[in-house]
Amino acid sequence: MLEDQSNVKAWFYLLPALILLGIFIFFPIFNAFFLVFVDEYNYMQGTYEGFTLINNFRYVVTDHNFRVAMTNTMLLTFVSVPVSVIIALLISVWLNAIKRLQGFFQTIFFLPYVTNAIAIGMAFAFMFHVRFGLINWFLGIFGISPINWVNTGASWGTAIFALLVYVTWLGLAFKIMVFLSGLQGIDKQYYDAARVDSASRSRVFRRITVPLLSPMIMYITVTSFIGAFKAYTEVIGMFGERLGPPGNDRAVITVVALVYRSLDRSGVPGALSEAAAASLILFGVTLVFTMVNMQVSKKRVHY
Amino acid sequence: MEQAIYGNEKQIKRKIFIRLAIVYALIIFFAIFIIIPFYWMLITAMKTLTQVESAPPILWLNPAEWQWVNFSGALEQAPFLRFTLNTVVVAIIATIGTVITTILSAFAFARLNFKGRDLLFMAFIATMMIPGEIFVITNYITVSRIGWVSLDQSYFEAILAMTVPFMTSIFFIFFLRQAFKTIPNELYYAAKVDGKTDWQYLWRVMVPIAIPTITTITILNAMNTWNAYIWPQLVTMQEDYRLVSNGLRNAFDDTAGRIMYHEQMAASIIVTVPLIIAFLLLKKYIMRGVSRSGIKG
Repeated sequence: MLEDQSNVKAWFYLLPALILLGIFIFFPIFNAFFLVFVDEYNYMQGTYEGFTLINNFRYVVTDHNFRVAMTNTMLLTFVSVPVSVIIALLISVWLNAIKRLQGFFQTIFFLPYVTNAIAIGMAFAFMFHVRFGLINWFLGIFGISPINWVNTGASWGTAIFALLVYVTWLGLAFKIMVFLSGLQGIDKQYYDAARVDSASRSRVFRRITVPLLSPMIMYITVTSFIGAFKAYTEVIGMFGERLGPPGNDRAVITVVALVYRSLDRSGVPGALSEAAAASLILFGVTLVFTMVNMQVSKKRVHY
Repeated sequence: MEQAIYGNEKQIKRKIFIRLAIVYALIIFFAIFIIIPFYWMLITAMKTLTQVESAPPILWLNPAEWQWVNFSGALEQAPFLRFTLNTVVVAIIATIGTVITTILSAFAFARLNFKGRDLLFMAFIATMMIPGEIFVITNYITVSRIGWVSLDQSYFEAILAMTVPFMTSIFFIFFLRQAFKTIPNELYYAAKVDGKTDWQYLWRVMVPIAIPTITTITILNAMNTWNAYIWPQLVTMQEDYRLVSNGLRNAFDDTAGRIMYHEQMAASIIVTVPLIIAFLLLKKYIMRGVSRSGIKG
């Protein structure tokens, strides 16, 4: 069917992409495993002092920021992902049920998808401002006295709560977009059949909508888990490079932030090996959760 | 009897109406949540410092009172026009590079038959699961060793460091390959009969047909550059070389003293508005990218 002489030609077409991917994607994967097993690596000279099996991992794990970073990352993942998936699912079902103004509301719900995480993060930080913020004003209506969410002296708990609200808000748009396009692809016949059988609405939702949407729910859950594990820019947006409220630096540090903090010290021998160790730990955790997710959904996803 | 059926129908109609009203109410409720941060950004950017720092906060401002001067105030805090120019330069170069490498390799995967094609494609897809942080570390070493990142970095070197590593994308290759695959084989054979080479066929037939997908790739890539923060922060050594996101964050950190929230929000608007305009104008193309990526799982 397709000629065999295209063998050599094909590699010419692939060459530009292959060179770039080779240098900037494939090589780094192997190099990460080199970096993580050498001691005192100096990146400009490329020198190192012998090999080590666990030293670099140990530096990362025993860093007092690691436990905080892991806790924050887990919390962000296991709260923001389920909450935003459920809210997004409901919003898209509702959006799909209306005719008038559907396009208008769609546009509104999609807006966070195209916003700059730094810019809108700053807006959230100011919404949570202890004295001039919108949130405390709103709580004040119900007689709740102002809470110091993100300003000087704010605690870890309030800071991470504010961050959770922001991350959940930010994640909604993409999920709604995917769910809505999935819903619009569902054959109307299923719903007509359900109406003939006079099935209740919640039954239709559980027995038709969710199963038929399950490949998308699965896809969104897996990618959102991976995305949430990588949270970093959102933290920068709300808290800046300090990664926490003033006076409580690094309170909301994440695992990815550890990688970049090591990179910032790149001149120090061994710093990049620590970064590699942190990134491989992140990869390991992501991989485990992706696999668990896939195992769980194998039984539940209907293709 | 007839009366009963009629009444029943009326009841059902009312039920449907109430149900619809509830759905609209819920949608509006959540839509307000989505809008509030944007509104707060806008209204804060239009206040005077006294108005910003008033408790309880001022929730509504007459447009006649809007302080447009805050925008020039924001521009004085940091060279945002310079940052915007840098971002546009980086976006154009990175996007041209990405589109060319993507078209060429997507064509090879979609149209040509070569040994190891499926294996190579699988290897490509597998790397999409690996977190980018792993690449960043070595890429930082690579661009430093090449000499693009150093204390006496030139503007040209900074641009190279920000663009070259991003001149191809596995996801876009995958995305365009799918679009190319939908083009019927008959067109290819017809072109062959006409004596066209593969190269001519690619640029005269396939690329024009796949223009909507290529447009989507261009837009998504440009948007990524506009929002890029981490890599530019790592590889630019001078404030003047930075992109908008970095400029925005660095100009309004409270390490610099008291935050001028009205100017901070004005700067945020400068960064956000181009994105929103692009989204409203190009929604169709952006949506195509999203819905396609949703199916890929």
